[in-house]
Amino acid sequence: MPERLIRAGRVQADDFTTFDPPEGADLATVPLPAGPLIVPFALWAVRRDALLARDAPVGVRLEPTDDPAGLAQDLSRLAVVAIRFPKFTDGRGYSTAWLLRRRLGFAGEVRAVGDVKRDQLFYLARSGFDAFLLADGQDARAALASLSDFSAAYQAAADARPPRFRTAALLTGPAIIHG
Amino acid sequence: MALERIAMYRYDALDQRLVDERVAQFRDQTRRFLAGELADDDFKPLRLQNGLYIQRHGPMLRVAIPYGLLSSRQLRQLAAIARRYDRGYGHFTTRQNLQFNHPRLEDVPDILAELAKVEMHAIQTSGNCIRNVTTDHFAGVAPDEIVDPRALAEIMRQWSTFHPEFAFLPRKFKIAFAGAREDRAATLLHDIGFHAVRSEAGETGLKVIVGGGMGRTPIVGPVIREFLPWREMLTYTEAILRVYNRYGRRDNLYKARIKILVKALGPAEFTRQVEDEWAHLRDSQSTIPEAELARVTAHFGDPAYEALPDAEPAFDEALADNRAFSKWVERNVHGHKRAGYTAVTLSLKKTGVPPGDASADQMDTVAGLADRFSFGELRVTHEQNLVLADVRKRDLFTLWQAARQAGLASPTVGLLADIVCCPGGDFCALANAKSIPVAQAIQERFDDLDWLHDIGELDLNISGCMNSCGHHHVGHIGILGVDKHGTEWYQVSIGGRQGHEAAVGEVIGPSFSAGEVPDVIERLVDTYVVLRREGERFVDTVHRLGLAPFKAAVYGNREVAHA
Repeated sequence: MPERLIRAGRVQADDFTTFDPPEGADLATVPLPAGPLIVPFALWAVRRDALLARDAPVGVRLEPTDDPAGLAQDLSRLAVVAIRFPKFTDGRGYSTAWLLRRRLGFAGEVRAVGDVKRDQLFYLARSGFDAFLLADGQDARAALASLSDFSAAYQAAADARPPRFRTAALLTGPAIIHG
Repeated sequence: MALERIAMYRYDALDQRLVDERVAQFRDQTRRFLAGELADDDFKPLRLQNGLYIQRHGPMLRVAIPYGLLSSRQLRQLAAIARRYDRGYGHFTTRQNLQFNHPRLEDVPDILAELAKVEMHAIQTSGNCIRNVTTDHFAGVAPDEIVDPRALAEIMRQWSTFHPEFAFLPRKFKIAFAGAREDRAATLLHDIGFHAVRSEAGETGLKVIVGGGMGRTPIVGPVIREFLPWREMLTYTEAILRVYNRYGRRDNLYKARIKILVKALGPAEFTRQVEDEWAHLRDSQSTIPEAELARVTAHFGDPAYEALPDAEPAFDEALADNRAFSKWVERNVHGHKRAGYTAVTLSLKKTGVPPGDASADQMDTVAGLADRFSFGELRVTHEQNLVLADVRKRDLFTLWQAARQAGLASPTVGLLADIVCCPGGDFCALANAKSIPVAQAIQERFDDLDWLHDIGELDLNISGCMNSCGHHHVGHIGILGVDKHGTEWYQVSIGGRQGHEAAVGEVIGPSFSAGEVPDVIERLVDTYVVLRREGERFVDTVHRLGLAPFKAAVYGNREVAHA
């Protein structure tokens, strides 16, 4: 299977396993696999201590309706927060990522998962995502180009760019004169 | 004329670069779509955010005209595009934009590149994102203006352009600005309406209205903040949008606008959530610096007005001598903040032409008139007309003659024949019914100018479906196309109005066939003429007396044939 994870601006192997407990499993007792894991918020809520006691990095996956504030106390222990997009047109995950970065100060990996596609990468990156697990069928290497669809931005978001009006661009005059 | 001194926002290198990069991005997306590398469902939101619909008869491209302001050079470019890539005309919309009804998909990247050459684009003119910002078409020249909203509207345009967090909202999001005593931007009927105001201390700020709108659930929006310092316009908007993006409904297309969220939470609870969010955002890097407002405001400086007397004897003489001219002046010429100047509406409502349509030749003519009479600048109104905002009173007669020759001088602004109308079923895939032929039938019925002037101010709005692009809810008379078992019917409402006392019209009863509509309008108007008091407009009479006399006149004792 081709690599589908973009991280740090390049295509990488995914060192995490996403663990979705089988349908109907008792979350309180379901066995946890070994190795680096990303688990749904619902499982994290029940098995937090057990997950942290493991000798491997752990990440939590949020659904669009999950409030990232629910992770506030534990963010320093999480390697990854994954945010799932059921459809790429469901934009709630952008605000979730913004809140994680800007409100909650999360410095670890924020990973977009689910229906993640090339033409959303620029906006996702500006909203605080730094890892993208692309949907099946997406060409990750070709998608890299979309991270730099635009070379500048007007507004502040969750990346390092300040609003345009707080940069030196303010000082440049009109570039084009109507003929 | 020194066109570089035109009173509108001019792109700097960064503005231009972003628009150029957008063209390149969309060119590649279109290429991938045509090559089969990008699925239809994946391409659709991308093309919509570039104004491109796939319509009944092929694609439709909606070009952004930020807050309705255009230079003559831009209008000439629109005319050139209409000739080269379409069928030689365009349609001005109720949101101050321009639509091309027949471009070819594969040409759209080239059209966008042509637009970028004159500092234009089609960014976010459709899709579930922040749409083109609109404002008062008399901004900057209106005698009743308190604060000129254009600079704030431009700052909002920039902030909302490619906002990464708010590109996939539950539904479309429209922002309007007003800054005068009269609200000419329907701010109570937008997702956010901003009224630029001054505090008693003389500070500029914004009254914030959220959750108004038309469509299936028309609502006059509540004020959620009486005074927001202008510096915090973007932080407050961000707070509103974050609350909406997180909690607005996404399960039902018809309940996804912010008005439904505001209504469900109640304005007080919605406001509390916004204020809580805003508490984290105010006084941050997104707070607008004084220097930024000054930079943008400088673009909207006054043109080189002459010191003129207000009285123009030659003009007064022409008024007295020429009745057609005086009728036109009465309806189509508006007050101006400067002595000796006026603002002029060039009507796009000539009978026999779809409301809001302009041919490429007319666009060129208007561009020429703008250069000759109005500092090379013009505006699009949300009533689908064009405005020359800075015309010397002494030039009015010459301008009128030229406008008349070009079919742009229908002296009916604000009257029944000045119909606001969406493209309807002739063009739009969403429409339930045609709207343009209905507009034309009404215009033909009311073709007597004296009669029209006697009836007085009457906003007549027609929408071909519940999306209400023709703003039928706020028409003094509103007509809505509905589909019943595959046939087209028209529902009539009365009593809607715009402005500070905005109200949603009430449906008078069972709907009508297209052929019946002119009779119905005539009966409504006749009833008003009999019942009106001195100085009362149609809508005032409706509000004084209620629907009953109008219903009686229209339906009488007739059997309700089709409920």
